[in-house]
Amino acid sequence: MRIGRVLVGVLAAMLPCLSPAQQETQKEIERYRQMLQESNPAELYEARGAEHWTRKRGPKNSSLERCDLGLGPGVVKGAYVRLPRYFADTDRVQDLESRLVTCMVTLQGFTPEEARRNPFSGTGTPMITTDPFPGVGQRSVMTDLVAWLASESRGMTIAPPMSHPKERLVYQAGEKLFYYRAGPYDFGCITCHGEEGKRIRLQNLPKMTNSKDAQRAFGTWPAYRVSEGELRSMQWRMWECVRQMRFPELEFASDASIALITYLAKKAEGGTFDAPAIKR
Amino acid sequence: MKAETQPKLILALALSGVCVAGCASQPSDSETERALAGMIKTSFRTRGQATIDRLSQDDAQALCSKHAGELPKGVGDAIEKVQQATIRYPSSGKLMGDWREGERIAQSGVGKQFTDAPTRPAGGSCYNCHQLSKQELSFGTIGPSLYQFGKQRGAGEAIQKYTYGKIYNAEAFSACSNMPRFGHNGVLTEEQITHLVALLLDADSSVNR
Repeated sequence: MRIGRVLVGVLAAMLPCLSPAQQETQKEIERYRQMLQESNPAELYEARGAEHWTRKRGPKNSSLERCDLGLGPGVVKGAYVRLPRYFADTDRVQDLESRLVTCMVTLQGFTPEEARRNPFSGTGTPMITTDPFPGVGQRSVMTDLVAWLASESRGMTIAPPMSHPKERLVYQAGEKLFYYRAGPYDFGCITCHGEEGKRIRLQNLPKMTNSKDAQRAFGTWPAYRVSEGELRSMQWRMWECVRQMRFPELEFASDASIALITYLAKKAEGGTFDAPAIKR
Repeated sequence: MKAETQPKLILALALSGVCVAGCASQPSDSETERALAGMIKTSFRTRGQATIDRLSQDDAQALCSKHAGELPKGVGDAIEKVQQATIRYPSSGKLMGDWREGERIAQSGVGKQFTDAPTRPAGGSCYNCHQLSKQELSFGTIGPSLYQFGKQRGAGEAIQKYTYGKIYNAEAFSACSNMPRFGHNGVLTEEQITHLVALLLDADSSVNR
């Protein structure tokens, strides 16, 4: 957290020195990004996540160690890059986060609402928030687990399976959702992610239908977000985009969120997974 | 996108002898539509001012979603005609407001999100996508640069009317534009739009100096 604030401060101090030329601005942003790579607080989340995996919790006082993320009970290495995928026990295509909800319910005995709300802070004190994502300074078991499980796929090739008919159906529905325009601003995902080399303000926008852009985008979430002082997951990325699209709130671990993530994962197929990353 | 990849895929499968009985394993379009409709119904909830009915599409939104890859000319023309008829000009007849107010509105990206106070006026989010004044380096590039927009076009009646109309309803001029229909969708008031017209056309404004 403190590292984040310091870096934000450094950036703010850098701004007045910028030359008016746009190329200069771009160069400064690149330099800032490189500087960020040097120390990533995501490691703290990863370490906590590894502990949560083996810690006994919930009404069944049991750990998540037998959780099946698609490669068999307890297999975590390479699981993230082969998600989302179809799971027979739930008869549903699931991403990592919705799958963790399932495991918290079946193995640990939480209710689905409890598991989705993620009401437990790092010290074990119930922490009920409206958002499934922690605020600054708050701890989320889900976020920590996601950081660790993602790190267990670092360096691997993104390869979501498409052999089950439901995987193909969810992918195609996700594609349609990507193009779905609605709300008072007429926005859809396509508005910002349909063309190459565009920006919002100074923020570069990946063209998600272009595999190189999709690989870089999908391959760098989850990420420690310096501007928020928090590690954010792919579910959060969807939730936040949808908020800015002026849509109603996208529910955590919902089918629409999973469909969008499935679409992006498939577009990113063949890319190298390099997360948890660090972003501005 | 789909039109590009599918024939190749089908051809590849046919050549490898896998594709029997017309590739029945690929979900049909109507199946996909049903799955999408189901998801939209169950995956969102009203929060603050962002109510669930925002997901219902009007005709333009539905057509633009359907033809996202390539808009047939006939469909585009029809959308523009319908949208053109929605434009309401201020009853005062005055289309140019205060460019300084316009600059403030152009800078502001708030409005209509469930995290925004509903009582606070929305901004135009103009800099999110457009270059406007030379001083503001933090501008987006989804839309064209509008720097010196008025210097190149003057500030006559016709260009005032066009500029107001374009901000009021961008799709009246360019079907399925990425730009929100700020007036038509009730994001900006008529008065706010006149301030933006001034920002773009007033010879003294930060855009044209």
